Amino acid sequence: MLEVKNPVTKEKRLKDRGMRDALSTIGASLVCVIIGLVLGFIVLLVLAYLTLSGDGMPNTFGRAIKTAYNSGFKQILLGGFFMSPLGVGREISLATPLIMCGLSVGCAFKTGLFNIGAAGQYTLGAFGGILFATIFRMPWYVCLLAATVFGAAWGAIPGILKALLNINEVISSIMTNWIGLYAVNTIMYGGGASAMYDPNKTKTWQLREAFPSSIIPDFGMGKMFMNRSTTIAIFFAILAAILIYILIFKTNFGFELRACGSNRNAAKYAGINEKKSIILSMVIAGALAGFGGGLYYLSGVAEWNPMDSAALPAMGFNGIAVALLAASHPLGIIFSAFLIAHINTGGGFMNATVFPPEIASIISGVIVYFCAFALLFKNGLASLGAKKKAETIAAVAADSGEASVPPGAQTQIAPDADEKEA
Amino acid sequence: MLLLVKYTLLYAMVLMLVALGGMFSERSGIINIALEGIMVIGGLCGVIMIMIMPAGASNFQIVLYSCLAAAGSGAIYAALLAFASINLKADQTIGGTALNLLATAIAMVVAKRVNGVQGSKLSYSNEAFLGNIGPVSVSVFLYIGLVLLLISFIVLYKTRFGLRLRACGEHPQAADSVGVNVYRMRWWGVLISGALGGLGGLAYIVPPVQTWNFEVGVSGMGFLALAVMIFGQWHPLRIFLAAMFFSVFRTLANISDSTFLSVLQWPKEIYSMMPFVASIVILSFTSKKSRAPKAEGIPYDKGAR
Repeated sequence: MLEVKNPVTKEKRLKDRGMRDALSTIGASLVCVIIGLVLGFIVLLVLAYLTLSGDGMPNTFGRAIKTAYNSGFKQILLGGFFMSPLGVGREISLATPLIMCGLSVGCAFKTGLFNIGAAGQYTLGAFGGILFATIFRMPWYVCLLAATVFGAAWGAIPGILKALLNINEVISSIMTNWIGLYAVNTIMYGGGASAMYDPNKTKTWQLREAFPSSIIPDFGMGKMFMNRSTTIAIFFAILAAILIYILIFKTNFGFELRACGSNRNAAKYAGINEKKSIILSMVIAGALAGFGGGLYYLSGVAEWNPMDSAALPAMGFNGIAVALLAASHPLGIIFSAFLIAHINTGGGFMNATVFPPEIASIISGVIVYFCAFALLFKNGLASLGAKKKAETIAAVAADSGEASVPPGAQTQIAPDADEKEA
Repeated sequence: MLLLVKYTLLYAMVLMLVALGGMFSERSGIINIALEGIMVIGGLCGVIMIMIMPAGASNFQIVLYSCLAAAGSGAIYAALLAFASINLKADQTIGGTALNLLATAIAMVVAKRVNGVQGSKLSYSNEAFLGNIGPVSVSVFLYIGLVLLLISFIVLYKTRFGLRLRACGEHPQAADSVGVNVYRMRWWGVLISGALGGLGGLAYIVPPVQTWNFEVGVSGMGFLALAVMIFGQWHPLRIFLAAMFFSVFRTLANISDSTFLSVLQWPKEIYSMMPFVASIVILSFTSKKSRAPKAEGIPYDKGAR
């Protein structure tokens, strides 16, 4: 019976396994999110308890749970919907750059590179966009292109260093992050005299008022969400995710990138130019993050503050959370970006006198921490699923007798079960 | 000039302490990219300890307890990395990044709570930490740092513990085959690294200023220490020299507007950028003959062949 080669069954089996793999990945991500939320709730609870314990009223604990839920956790769960439609609009405009940064990190992950430099590439993208908007007074699509090119150039540096000099891309992109931030701030501020800098607001010019042609159009979305900064940028981000999906999974080039990620030496042996793949992958990653920076600032969500040289934009690091949650799958990144945006938007609606909005960052930090060993959950879930399936099939087989078992079924289960044992 | 010496010594000790921490961890085989976050947590706990010390406490007590708080909290925070990367065999870089993200957020939440008002600035007194050698004012961390440098060297190269630690970073299977508990050695490596990193955070925050805004974390100092460690080739004495070198650049950013450099009218950011540019340039020259511990970054699996 084992000799029967049934191509349909084999194909189905592979598809089945792929499906189960995908499901267990999603399951593992959900476990991470739930742990993050639970810990977030505990932090809220502790803070509420500390606040309430001083007032001398009875039943502090019960009231703390109530406060933690009503003025903190509910906002995080509801996210933008807590204050619809304005909040939803805010969530969309936050998710846009998150998708791009997530794609940036995820695309590099697929090639086996950890792009911690998304923050710097995002910074350069923002710079490119604002530069072309304020100095060259270009329309928005040219500005976006500039943002992409600037980001790509910044991503190329660690890529080249990695490919040619074998410098760990994590270390070099940490360095380029800070170099980029300092350089951008120096140029944008220019001692207070730069044409990109609005001395009255101590930030870069408000593009919507000063250079309206550089703002990405919204086709009525702004009105719909009562939030001027909700533009069609989100559709560009989703389109980018789809394009990256096609690039990585449906083209030869994407296959080469993934081959380098799975085993650099094997890829080299198979005739793939692994140096080229590394550099191109970082260029693409940089371009994506840079595009994200452009989308955010050219939507007029916020202005860049060149006086703040002490911290890199959090967007790049949240991009890591987004990519990890989606297991670097470009289409999954769309959803995970919305999830992180949801939590962060909700964090902004919390009662700030009791709960600092940074609690949202704690939640995403916890999520990244648990994603680092998500594989553990994943394998656990997968073996659980496999066992259950095998049991059901065995039970069905026992019930209906050997004869009614389809010829492929036995071969179908056996190898899977063996693999899980190994 | 005195300012230059003062700040160079100060930042050199910070970079050295943290880089030594990174060295212990990487020599045992665990990449510790979380040093930045560990510094933040150590600095935060140390500062809070200074704030809650009773008014009658002597300078020695203040220094002792705040250093213990910083080192202890750093080690506890590093235990999160150790647990994830040693016991659960997680990706060390991602785990470290998560801890960096978490640290700033935790520091903000805690600082705002301690403050009572809606700001993450903490104010404290740093008198206990300062002293003078001749005309140069130095902090107590100069002595602590030099003593720890000496101890690190002895521990790593002259004790059985150090030999075993290094073996776990080079070839854990070989170490295991002669009866060394690789997991335990790696735990020790990460915990020591956390203690030194936390102490480094306190040394960075307390001596120069009396108010610290935890919104900025430690602004890249932990990452710079990683570069110092690589430039120092995972060797304590070379790390000391590398730290001195990097700290000159770092100092220029601090004193650019108050010394002869002010005539150049360069913005502060140019100087802040310098150490990072220098480290990339240096890395590109030294990467070919880098002597990183061979097994770093690879989770140890007893069953692996």
